[in-house]
Amino acid sequence: MNPDELLFAETHEWAKVNDEDGAKVATVGISAFAVEQLTDLVYMELPSVGATVEAGKEFGEVESVKAVSPLYSPVTGEIVAVNAGLPDSLETLNSDPYNAGWILKVKLADESSLAKLLDSAAYQKQCAEEG
Amino acid sequence: MEVALAHTPLYDWHVARSARMVDFAGWSMPVQYSSIVEEHRATRNAIGVFDISHMGRLRFDGEGAATFLDRLLTRRVVGLEQGLIRYSLVTNESGGILDDVLVYHLADADYKPFHLLVVNASNRAKIVAWVEQHLSSDDGVTIRDQTVETAMFAVQGPDALSALQPLTDVQLSNMRYYSGQTAQIAGHPVIVSRTGYTGEDGCELIVSAESASSVVENLFAEGEQFGIQPVGLGARDTLRLEAAMPLYGHELSETIDPFQAGLGFAVHLKDRDFIGASALKELKQLPNQLRRIGLEIDSKRVPREHYPVLSSDAVIGEVTSGTFSPTLERPIAMAYVQPDAAELGTKLAVDIRGRAAEARVVALPFYKRDIK
Repeated sequence: MNPDELLFAETHEWAKVNDEDGAKVATVGISAFAVEQLTDLVYMELPSVGATVEAGKEFGEVESVKAVSPLYSPVTGEIVAVNAGLPDSLETLNSDPYNAGWILKVKLADESSLAKLLDSAAYQKQCAEEG
Repeated sequence: MEVALAHTPLYDWHVARSARMVDFAGWSMPVQYSSIVEEHRATRNAIGVFDISHMGRLRFDGEGAATFLDRLLTRRVVGLEQGLIRYSLVTNESGGILDDVLVYHLADADYKPFHLLVVNASNRAKIVAWVEQHLSSDDGVTIRDQTVETAMFAVQGPDALSALQPLTDVQLSNMRYYSGQTAQIAGHPVIVSRTGYTGEDGCELIVSAESASSVVENLFAEGEQFGIQPVGLGARDTLRLEAAMPLYGHELSETIDPFQAGLGFAVHLKDRDFIGASALKELKQLPNQLRRIGLEIDSKRVPREHYPVLSSDAVIGEVTSGTFSPTLERPIAMAYVQPDAAELGTKLAVDIRGRAAEARVVALPFYKRDIK
């Protein structure tokens, strides 16, 4: 996926919404900036397929040598797929955070929260200010 | 009110190397350059260089210096041979730890003897005030805080001496562990000591602020063939944790006494008196004191500071430092627990954000280098 076409949460997760068989499904991951800031990832804990997530609420955690960081869902809905191999190959988050490093696919229950997400330009601006 | 952070003499050097800078005890310090794990491994396998200029350096001159310091430190300073360094504690009247320090007995380039106290950055103001409070004009001691006018760095790792040796006439390998002397490195006057905070062989250097960049540039030129790397505070913490070295504010505080911390070796009570001595004599006899232990965790979740330590679901202690050990490739932690839970091999658990992770008490240090 091209990062320019993604939506971003202020908490550094990304989402890309696609139409799949008439339903809206968001692929969710974390940004290259977040991965670079965390560095030295050692552990990631993910929810199971069938669980529900809510925009702005925690769905998992990622741990680096230095600290643990919660993962917040950018969208609301039901988890239809989890990238189960990711916790065992965390280096994928460094090499390909927007494709092979995807984390969840979520069938959207409510699209209103999408309006709160940032487009790529706005997110890059936020990162520049934080970095 | 926002207070401007102090810069070490190597600040521009860190920024030029794209270090991530953080506020540490009022100083802008590099937390990492490349990655904590990479810097950690460079120190264990080659050479890591640490800017530790933020640590306080207090020089004591005058005939009464040893006697004066002897009153303030838990370890004997009178009789400390010139050229030697001692790890010691500063305690308050009730035996609580005000700081852990190194005391050096050295002679300067003119053969004039002096003592040097290296203190934690976070405690420098407190210790300066403590020293001044206890000093009287008839002690025959003058004190100079040399922190800002000097720089200090640690050169640590199996190849540290090989990189430094071509820059100096002093035979570094002949210097004993915990010895120090004035010398020249790359033509600059320095204090070189066989000390460190990583569990590796190596040296620490104190140089004038003006010489700092030149000494470091010369060192990196010599060290390049070995894979020398700058190391930030992030890896300094993982290295010292593997070596089970206590860190003030985590394993040490004014409410922890030296015996709980496992630092009884640094308390000399026999035939001497110092601030805190009478309280420490009593504390030494106390049964059922909390004890500092090491924990290894079987899960991949990492125990962090303040997480509760459990035995059969009851809280029996608290983690003071925890990380993912880059050398052991598993989570490790230091904690204070009730003495009956401190035996090696005891099965405990750590409450990691609401879920118990199995842990067991292991011997400290977690990592010990092979002595060649």
